[in-house]
This record gives sequence, C-alpha cells and structure tokens, in this order.
Amino acid sequence: MSRRATGYWAVFTAVVAVLAVAPLVLPPFWQRFVTEILVWGLLAMSSDILIGYTGMVSFGHSAFFGMGMYGAAAALLSVEPPNLWLALLFGLCAAALVAMFVAFFATRLRDIYFAITTLVFSQIFYVIIFTWTEVTGGENGLTFSQPPLSIPGIFSTRFTTETLHWFILGVVTCSYLLLRRITQSPFGKVLQAIRENEPRTRAIGYHVERYKMMAVMLSGLFAGAAGVLYALQNRFAAPDFVFFLISGETVIFNVMGGAGTLVGPVAGAAFFLLLREVVSRFFTEYYLIPVGIIFVLIVVFLPQGLLGFLRRRLNE
Amino acid sequence: MSVGLPLDQIAIQTVNGIVNGMILALVASGLTLIFGIMDVVNFAHGDLVMLGGFSGATALAMTGNFWIALLVAIITIAMLGAALHASTLRYLLGRDPLTTILATFGMSLVLQKYAIWQWGPSARNLTAPITGQFTLFYLQYPWYRVATAVLAAAIIGGLYAFLKYGRYGIWIRATTQDRVMAQAMGIPVPIVHTVVFAIGAGMAAASGVLFGPLGGVTQTMGADFTLRAFIVVVVGGMGNLGGSILASMFISLLEAYASLIVSPAQAVIVSFVALIVTLLFRPTGLFVPTPK
Repeated sequence: MSRRATGYWAVFTAVVAVLAVAPLVLPPFWQRFVTEILVWGLLAMSSDILIGYTGMVSFGHSAFFGMGMYGAAAALLSVEPPNLWLALLFGLCAAALVAMFVAFFATRLRDIYFAITTLVFSQIFYVIIFTWTEVTGGENGLTFSQPPLSIPGIFSTRFTTETLHWFILGVVTCSYLLLRRITQSPFGKVLQAIRENEPRTRAIGYHVERYKMMAVMLSGLFAGAAGVLYALQNRFAAPDFVFFLISGETVIFNVMGGAGTLVGPVAGAAFFLLLREVVSRFFTEYYLIPVGIIFVLIVVFLPQGLLGFLRRRLNE
Repeated sequence: MSVGLPLDQIAIQTVNGIVNGMILALVASGLTLIFGIMDVVNFAHGDLVMLGGFSGATALAMTGNFWIALLVAIITIAMLGAALHASTLRYLLGRDPLTTILATFGMSLVLQKYAIWQWGPSARNLTAPITGQFTLFYLQYPWYRVATAVLAAAIIGGLYAFLKYGRYGIWIRATTQDRVMAQAMGIPVPIVHTVVFAIGAGMAAASGVLFGPLGGVTQTMGADFTLRAFIVVVVGGMGNLGGSILASMFISLLEAYASLIVSPAQAVIVSFVALIVTLLFRPTGLFVPTPK
C-alpha cells in the first residue's frame, strides 16, 4: 500500500469511528441530527455520480428519493409482520423502476435540457402521488410503524436511536465504498470521459447513451436507498419529499461541498443542515433567505465548492 | 354515456385556454428573451410573477386603481430584476448555463421566503377593474378575462414592435445575434443585458397582476409558473420568441381540453407529456423552422 492510500484509509477509519461513537456522547437532538446528515449525505453522494462524475445536473432526484420512501411504506404496510429487509428491497425496486423510466427518456438530452427534463419527470411523479389519494394517501402521505432490526432466523430487536444510527451508518458506509469503487472502475472512468468530452468519447467507440443510462440508474438506486433510510427514521412517506425542492437541495449539497469528490457532497449536506440549524435560530422559518444568499454567493464565487476551494488553497 | 361531442364545453374551454395561454405567453416570452440574449435559465421567473402580483395587490390597496397598480408593479419588479442582474447574474456571463440555473434557483428560494415574510402566508385576491359579463352558451363569462388576453397580446405585440423597429430594440437583437460583434460596434452590451432582464421581469410582473383577479396571488404560484414557463419555452424552442408564444397557446389549450376529462390537477400531466414527446422527436423545439 502506498503512503497516500494508507493515509486515506486511516482518515476513513477515523471518520467512521467518530460517526459510530457520536450517538453515545451527543445529546438526543444532535443524535438525530447526525443520523439525518448521513441520510442526506447518501442522497447527495448518489447525485454526485451524475453531477460530478458524468457532468449531467439532475433536478429530479426527489423522484428517486420519494419512490424509495413510498416503496418502503408499501412493504411495511402490506406485509405482516413488517420486515426491514423487505422494505429496503421494495424501496430499491421502486426507485430502480422510476430510474429506468427517467434514464430511458432523459439521457437523450444534454445540459440544461437534461436538467429541465429530470425536473419535469420528478413533478410528474409528484402530481401522481399527490392526486392518487386512495393508494398514496395524497397530501397527508402514509404513516407506518418501524420494523424491528432483524436477521431472519437469528435475532430480532426493536430499533433504538443508537442501533438505528449504526444501521444507517452501515448502509451509508457500504454505499460510499461501493460508489467509490464504481467511480474508480473503468466504467467510472468512461463516465468522467463523457463529462470531459462527450463527442470524443463517442468517437473512441464507447456507447455513450448506454453509459449515461447506467449512470442515471445507479444514481437513482442509491437515492432510493437514502429514501428508504429516511422513511425508516421518520416512519412516514409524504409527497413533500417528491417535490422538486428536495432535488434543488440535493444540487445545493453538491455545489456547496464540491461535486465530483463523493465526500464533498456529504460535507455539503452536513454544512447545509448545520447552517440551516444555526440560521433558523435567528430567522425562524425564514432561514432560506440567508441560506439562499449564501448559496448564490458560493455559486458565483466558489464554483468548485467549499472542498474544492480548500483543496486549491492547500495546494497553493 | 353521451356519444356526441359537448361542443359548448369545448368552445368554453377554447376561450379559457386562449386566455390562460396569453398570460403564460407573457411570462414565457420574458424567459425566452432572457435566455436568448445571455444564456440565463431563470429559475426565479415564476417568483417574479408572484412578487408582481403581491406588489400589485399592495398598490391596489393603496391607490384603489387597478391600472395604476399594474404600472407600479411592473416598474417595481423591473427594477428588482435589474438589481438582481447587476448584482449577481452579470458575473455568470460566459459560464455554463447550468450555473445560472443554480444561481437563480437560490434567488427563487430567497424571493419566495421574502414574500411570505412581507405579505404573510394567506392568498391575496385582486378585484377586477372590469366587472361586466357576457353570455357564452350556459355561462356568464366575465369580460375581464377577455380584456386580460387582449392586454397581454398588446404587451407582447409592443415588445415585438420594439425589438423590430425601435433603436434600442435593434441593439437587443444585435446583442442576441453576436455579443462580441455588438460590443465592437459600440453597443453597451452589459447595460443591454441588464435592461433585457428588467424587461423580462416587468412582463412577469404584468402577468402576475393580470392573473391576480382570476386565480388569486399565493406564495406557491411562483413554482407553478416557473415550471409551466419552462415547459413552454422548451416546447417552443429555447430563445425563440414566436415559438414560445405559439407553444403557450398550444400547452394551455391542451390543458384546457384535458381538464374536460380529468381533474385540473391531473391535467398538468398532459403538458408534461407534451414536453417529453417534443424533446424526444424535436429536441430543439416544435416551432423552430430548421433544427440546427
């Protein structure tokens, strides 16, 4: 192992260890807060595959996230007794189905057209969920009880705040390692080639559309996982989470943290949630006024995001 | 089940579609003008409509005259637009249009929350300046709706004439065609950009006020207008003024007819589908003569 790699794994282990210990030492409010950062961080990472690595800005991630939530809700409400793994499976399948649909149509388009189409797609699902009251609960959404943490045939216990946090940390860490492996694989390199120069990648002989579709589907799958985790934590699925504001926030996470780094968007999510928490103490429900202004300033002055900015400053 | 076509209902929906289409065209033509000249995809355009409606409502409460309120709202929001452009968007010139989506999305969040802070969460209803009605089949149809369509058409016609024949209109068209060459010919390009953004904002404000008596002014109408204007502008071809006006009519009529069959909330899906079909077969827009 090279020194660089050793350093990386040391930092990685340290961060995971800190996150694992966090619920044991933090007061209840911040326990929840850290868990939430992990969930939104996973959503941010999933969209980074598109935004940072393939260069396609998706404004439709709320659709995948929301379908993850509703898929989990469907499993927990229809199957007795509620099963954690079934919820995860249902959520992932729902998100994957939607992602396949979106990928098929949206990947034919580029740049702003891709952004607008994904936005429109997420709104289609929002309208369907919002108006199909008999199945989705319409505006009120669905509520359900938390499934027990279980390994079939071995054990089954109720979730506590700590075990839920560790479960979510486990899923997010595995997803991160998987996503990291994907971005470093030949497949990931092709995605980055598409970002850098699409016509040339096509000319070399890669089937660009197929790679883009794969990227959208992968991204949607991980976003769906984030949706399932959020549903598990909060025990509800609501149409608000399919609305495009969530997609916008996902893009904000990426821009704030620095897209194309995987870790950056998670840091962006943490920064955004912290900022919201601090600012809303002074501005109550109008926290989006200062947060929005800060976001615009970052877009204008730090296009690489906070992490990119720090990296450049450190390299100087 | 009746087999014959409900002709009277279709006729009413046609008139409705045209009225809504003209209001939408007013929003979309500003959006497309802004995109055409400076590659800014304005996510906050619907919020300018909403703010226009609210400042119109405030001015109406103060002066009691609808037309003065309309004028006040247009001027206020045009100035706001100029300020937004001069303070922020100016620096994004030449960057990827995606950056402008992000920046204007941030602005949209700020403007929306500002509206709640300033005007509260309740909806405002503007009283229509024209109260007369005429009989359209079995309905008493208000003249105000017709007047709205005519006024919107007049504003768009005025813009078109200005762009075609006005001295500064020619500056705008020149800048749209070739920014660098226009600059070389002595046209003050940065000022032209700011003015165009102000014009677009003013038109958005006008449609907000005109829409006020029809549907009321609410905080959430911004997102709705932004989305519909986006759909229209893409269907009509980004940056194509005539195309976006035609597309506004097309989409509004489509939604009006669809609401005969399904609920108005679901009728929106029809325009979503229209957008997707357009993007699949004519990605540069339906009403562009020669796709590039």
